[in-house]
Amino acid sequence: MILNLLFFYFAAVIVISALFVIIKRNAFHSAIALLVTLIHIAGIFVLLNSEFLAAVQILVYAGAILVMIIFVLMFLNVTQRYRMFNRQKFIAFLMGIILVGEVLYVISVSAIKGPKGGFNIAKMLSEGNTQAIGRILYTEYLFPFEVASIILLVAMIGAIVLAKKEI
Amino acid sequence: MIPLHYYLILAAILFIIGMVGVLVRRNFLTVLMSIELMLNAVNINFVAFAHYMDSMTGRIYVFFIMTVAAAEAAIGLAILISAYRNTGTTFVDEISSLKG
Repeated sequence: MILNLLFFYFAAVIVISALFVIIKRNAFHSAIALLVTLIHIAGIFVLLNSEFLAAVQILVYAGAILVMIIFVLMFLNVTQRYRMFNRQKFIAFLMGIILVGEVLYVISVSAIKGPKGGFNIAKMLSEGNTQAIGRILYTEYLFPFEVASIILLVAMIGAIVLAKKEI
Repeated sequence: MIPLHYYLILAAILFIIGMVGVLVRRNFLTVLMSIELMLNAVNINFVAFAHYMDSMTGRIYVFFIMTVAAAEAAIGLAILISAYRNTGTTFVDEISSLKG
């Protein structure tokens, strides 16, 4: 019961603040609404038994990406009055509403089945969430892990080169 | 126990809000924030399926999505700074010097 209430609270705040992200004129207000959204998504992760992912979500998204966005926002200072939306806004909103209807219909009529894996709640509780993720990340997914570190290195060099005034 | 469908519907609505934001907003920074919303919707889907299928693979994939999101935000903001320095604007429909 309390889990249902928590889920509906998180879902309502996520949807409302995500709407605020795209309808607020001031980009700073959008960034604060995005912060609220990201923290409540971390709450959804806790409801889904992924406590370590919730911590990483707050660290990476709310801690790193959003701070970077707000830093650039203050650097550029684009808070004056301006036209918010593109010319295609009406058709885009209409298509969005139609797409919500379609997706709701498809999800509500589909039965989602599949083979179960070995990590049920009891095993997660006995081994520990962080330990289980770390063990699998460094054994089965070692190669993608190294590729991810290469991606971060390339992004770092690319950001430095792109934002530098003259190379 | 919350049904899996609730999480899928939440993620779908969040994804479509992000998609509409990418389509309608003129400010490049808000477009980047909408892309973050879409990536987060995908993360919710992955974790929900991993929870209900008793698997760990979806939770691992979220890490890689976060890596790509961080790289994308860094590169996107660097492109924004570079474009602002060259054109003096951050509106996506005014940066059109490559249009024929």
